[in-house]
Amino acid sequence: MSIFADINTKLLVQGITGKEGKFHTEQCVEYGTKIVAGVTPGKGGQEVNSIPVFNTVKQAVKETGANASLIFVPPLLGADAILEAIDADIELIIAITEGIPILDMVKVKNLLAAKKCRLIGPNCPGIITPGETKIGIMPGKIHKKGNVGVVSRSGTLTYEVVDQLTKNGMGQSTCLGIGGDPVNGTNFIDTLKAFEKDPETHAIVMVGEIGGNAEEQAAEYIKAHVTKPVVGFIAGLTAPPGRRMGHAGAIISGSSGTGKAKIESLQKNGIHVCGNLGKIGTLCKKVF
Amino acid sequence: MKIHEYQAKELFRGYNIPVPEGYVAFSKQEALESIKKFENFPVMVKAQIHAGGRGKGGGVKLASSEKEAVEFADEILGMTLVTHQTGPVGKEVKKLLIEAGQSIEKELYLGLLVDRETSKIVIMASTEGGMNIEDVAEKTPEKIIKVYVDPMMGISGYQLREVAFGLNIPKAARKEFGIMLKGFYDLFIDKDCSMVEINPLILTKDERVLALDAKVDFDSNALGRHKELMELRDLDEEDPLEVEASKFNLNYINLDGNVGNIVNGAGLAMATMDIIKNAGAEPANFMDVGGGATAEMVENAFRIILADEKVKAVLINIFGGILRCDVFAEGVVQAAKKTGINIPVIVRMEGTNVEKGKEILANSNLELTSAVDLADAAEKIAAAVK
Repeated sequence: MSIFADINTKLLVQGITGKEGKFHTEQCVEYGTKIVAGVTPGKGGQEVNSIPVFNTVKQAVKETGANASLIFVPPLLGADAILEAIDADIELIIAITEGIPILDMVKVKNLLAAKKCRLIGPNCPGIITPGETKIGIMPGKIHKKGNVGVVSRSGTLTYEVVDQLTKNGMGQSTCLGIGGDPVNGTNFIDTLKAFEKDPETHAIVMVGEIGGNAEEQAAEYIKAHVTKPVVGFIAGLTAPPGRRMGHAGAIISGSSGTGKAKIESLQKNGIHVCGNLGKIGTLCKKVF
Repeated sequence: MKIHEYQAKELFRGYNIPVPEGYVAFSKQEALESIKKFENFPVMVKAQIHAGGRGKGGGVKLASSEKEAVEFADEILGMTLVTHQTGPVGKEVKKLLIEAGQSIEKELYLGLLVDRETSKIVIMASTEGGMNIEDVAEKTPEKIIKVYVDPMMGISGYQLREVAFGLNIPKAARKEFGIMLKGFYDLFIDKDCSMVEINPLILTKDERVLALDAKVDFDSNALGRHKELMELRDLDEEDPLEVEASKFNLNYINLDGNVGNIVNGAGLAMATMDIIKNAGAEPANFMDVGGGATAEMVENAFRIILADEKVKAVLINIFGGILRCDVFAEGVVQAAKKTGINIPVIVRMEGTNVEKGKEILANSNLELTSAVDLADAAEKIAAAVK
């Protein structure tokens, strides 16, 4: 077991003929991911690494039975690509694209509320169930099959955490990045709920950062509904207010979204807070 | 992307948001000509810088006569304005807005932004205008009216009325207020704003509504489809090193400390700043070269960090995923050879091709210090700046 994606996931890649799309398609295939189709408008009929390319998502789904989509299209076309996947009834949509305008995402998010499909991202590294499938841009090699679920708003910071887990002998059930944008699809709570239900997941690492109040809400949810041990980390304690720290969502607005408030909330709700990133692996070993 | 008050008011005019008669001046001569256009006094002389708190810093003054207006214009233009948002260095005032003074009956607040929690557009309004809205929200939250607009539906008449009644807009001004608020919403959507704010929005003694101040912030991610807005960018208002970094798609923010740092990925970059602080030093910047950085980007990042005189040591922290450690190491070596290093540089690398990367650095004959892990890196950087 795992959450959201497993060995049976049949993936299509939107933007497969672009530089990023092509490179990561190869990487995912190498990891063992079942990529059945690619979509690039106007390039239908071509092949990338023997994977057939279609003009539309609907066509690709009809021909190949794909049930998940990985999106690499440029930011101003990102929302359109997500909408196309939603309209083709794709169950799991993973948007890697960074820089989609927020008003586009606001519309996507409101439409999603009425749909059954799940969106992960945008502006995220994707999702990996070690040993089964890798749908995203994370380095597969650092992961190891196991029982720790990892959820994060960041990319490389997640790799850092996963690497330390693996080096300390703790494998992962599923790792996913929910993205660094202020408006995203799947959030911490959705993921925590799934990890709590998943029998293969025995413990959880949650990696948050400044901006918004998703971590505070997640902390309250954990206290009320999560029985598995949780280790939390928050990045950006030294970030100045009013500046966007790389991620569009990582901004302290006035007095809201500070790292200090998030850490206090995590501690108050029984989460083991890691104050030193260099030691998160050993802390997890102790707690789990 | 922030713009000036005078530019925001120009946009307001196109969206039925009433603003006072006003003229922008880039020189003393232009200020003089602007002042002469007014038949009635008082007029406001307002410094145009991006930072808030201009009034308290002495950058906004009410002149009761032509003579006084000219004096104020002379005084403010060219002054270094220090506010709570400019930092102690302040900002040189290069532009003025000269505006007709108004008879104020009541000061209100009106703002629009995206609510992250609900993914709706939220109208924030308050009868407590002219004050810091954060303070109002904290001390008297009941005085803030929030109306959530579904972006798929757009703004409805009842929502306009909800705000108008909530603000006690008198009957004579209600229709004008509704038209204004609709324009305010349309501007937000049309131009992909991340925040629009009028503080204060005033009710005049003769019962009109008028935007006395104007703050507009555009979503930088959407500027690609609004080429016309790029003309409103004022490079004078930005940190020169940040402008330079933006040319190379580097996420860079200049800070006050003395430890420069280069990291791939925003989350790890923030965490690295925290590590520096934990070790007893202060980060001089935030620098995210991105998950997929090239050797050239790394080289530019290095050059920009070294150009910052505050920087006494550099910590490089890379987790190689997409960005392979060997590619990164090449970038560092190239940059170091071109710019020359005369301060301690500590490198911590992990991930894809890390052995190859370390080999490249070791064979470069550069004076780089390797750190085995994050804790080691923190200690070495703290020792370097002590």
